[in-house]
Amino acid sequence: MPRSLITRAGFVLLSLAWAPAAWAAVPADSTVATHAPVGVDFWSLLFVFVLASFIGLGVIRRVSRLLHTPLMSITNAISAIAVVGSIIVTGADYPPTIRALGGVALFASMTNIVSGFLITDRMLKMFKTDEKRGEGGHA
Amino acid sequence: MTYSIQQLAYIISTALFIFALHWMNTPATARKGVYAGVAAMTIAILVTWVQPGVIHHGWIVVAMLAGTAVGIPLANVPLTAVPQRTALSHAFGGLAAGLVGSAKYYLWLSEGPENLTAFRMVAIILEILLGFLTFTGSLMAAGKLQEVKWIPQRPVTYPGQNFINLGLFAVAAGLGAALAMNPTAPWAPMLFPVVVGLSLLFGVLLILPIGGADMPTVIAILNAYAGLSAVAMGFVLDNKLLITAGALDGSSGLILAIIMCKAMNRSFTNVLFGAFGQVQQLKAGAEQKVYKPETPEGAAQVLEQSSLVVIIPGYGMAVAQAQHKVRELYDQLKKRGITVKFAIHPVAGRMPGHMNVLLAEADIPYTDLVEMDAINPDMPQCDVALVVGANDVVNPAARTDKSSPIYGMPIIDADKARTIFAIKRSKSPGFAGIENELYFSDRTWMLFGDAKAVIGELVKQLSGGSGMH
Repeated sequence: MPRSLITRAGFVLLSLAWAPAAWAAVPADSTVATHAPVGVDFWSLLFVFVLASFIGLGVIRRVSRLLHTPLMSITNAISAIAVVGSIIVTGADYPPTIRALGGVALFASMTNIVSGFLITDRMLKMFKTDEKRGEGGHA
Repeated sequence: MTYSIQQLAYIISTALFIFALHWMNTPATARKGVYAGVAAMTIAILVTWVQPGVIHHGWIVVAMLAGTAVGIPLANVPLTAVPQRTALSHAFGGLAAGLVGSAKYYLWLSEGPENLTAFRMVAIILEILLGFLTFTGSLMAAGKLQEVKWIPQRPVTYPGQNFINLGLFAVAAGLGAALAMNPTAPWAPMLFPVVVGLSLLFGVLLILPIGGADMPTVIAILNAYAGLSAVAMGFVLDNKLLITAGALDGSSGLILAIIMCKAMNRSFTNVLFGAFGQVQQLKAGAEQKVYKPETPEGAAQVLEQSSLVVIIPGYGMAVAQAQHKVRELYDQLKKRGITVKFAIHPVAGRMPGHMNVLLAEADIPYTDLVEMDAINPDMPQCDVALVVGANDVVNPAARTDKSSPIYGMPIIDADKARTIFAIKRSKSPGFAGIENELYFSDRTWMLFGDAKAVIGELVKQLSGGSGMH
């Protein structure tokens, strides 16, 4: 327990530490992100991708083998982060045909989010130790 | 200022996603992981939605409600259908990426061609290639797993198949490259749908030659593709949250695929282009071997006398829906003070971890579910190995027979147990079509019949014997 508290505190501190940095780094007039500027820094995006992949490999490697099926369904839900792109395309002031494509994408992503998280939780509820067995009764 | 808040929220969301996966490292904290994931996703959706650029809300609400309406029943499928649900959700993920990529291309083509830089065009092409091939490939996989009538279950092969598949992909990639170099050429808007069509077709052809036994690997690979298509979307939209979350999914799929491949002693290319299951019938009619059948009465007596019983489940247990009967057997044996363990092979079933979920559903404590590498040293001390619907994962030919297609695959050493009971529906070979030497060992006794019925009979014998009804 104390360990998880420390982790939590560290996480909060880390977020706070980054806030002013993010504030300072961005000029005040860059408000709209839907029309990304032409001069996007793709190298920093690649950088983020490579680092995130290494974090992913490190974290996933330690996932319990018992939980590989729930792992797959929760990563389904997480990769439905495509919802972010879909919302931008569906809701922006674009021609209707473009927005319709976004709408279908949004529907597909939302399906994955809802079913992914719900079924992961449903499966995880079933994993019990010997002592906890019987407490919840049989499904 | 809005931009800063948005980015800050995205950073928090990323951190929560990492925690979500971190907490999956033990069943004790795993549910916390789900809550972290839900929180991260909620933050991401809300922050995106309140952006000033998002001004039409009607369609968003409708699409999200429709998604929720479809998602809820999909989350409540029987657990035996989880592999096809997973494949279906990869299809949805791929579709979303492909559609957003297409939408962005046509948007920029008409409203801001200067946005179609080379780097971004490459990202768009990757997004639609990966997205649409994942879409049809996963639909095919889901169809095969669901045993849809008009999708062949057995691997479909034809001469020059790999040549045609790879050639097709090369053409799609080549046309994609041409598009990336000339995104605003007059022919570009016409070529774009061609690339989309080719990757849709490639997805179908890629999965056509894949059989059921390879599904765990293929699902994991499609999982990685779905993640990578989200990453590509992140590059297109200049959105780091998409990149990080997609990368987490991509690396998860990659690791699972590697684990599955290792557990079958095969390479990615061999799984995707090897058309497993075609190598059968080589040795048919070599010599007539005989099974030794046993009755449930006899088997129950042996089980009663043992002190360590190892149950080895396979896909057959899922097909027969026998997991609940297996739990009753587990309870009967436990009541007699017998130690019962389950030996789980990484590729047992149709997706990674399939058996664990089914047994957990049947209320068997996860502490008794033991991985292959952990249980194998104990197998010589095991009194009874009970094989329930598993086949290739216990075939000793993998250790000894160099001509066997599964040679070199790590197996559960069921053959080292003092007595082996194997439950089998019929006398024909298993899914991969390979003869199993275990069934002809002098210590193996066969229990023919439906797994659920046979185990039910064993339970009846055991409960009758102890005077309980």
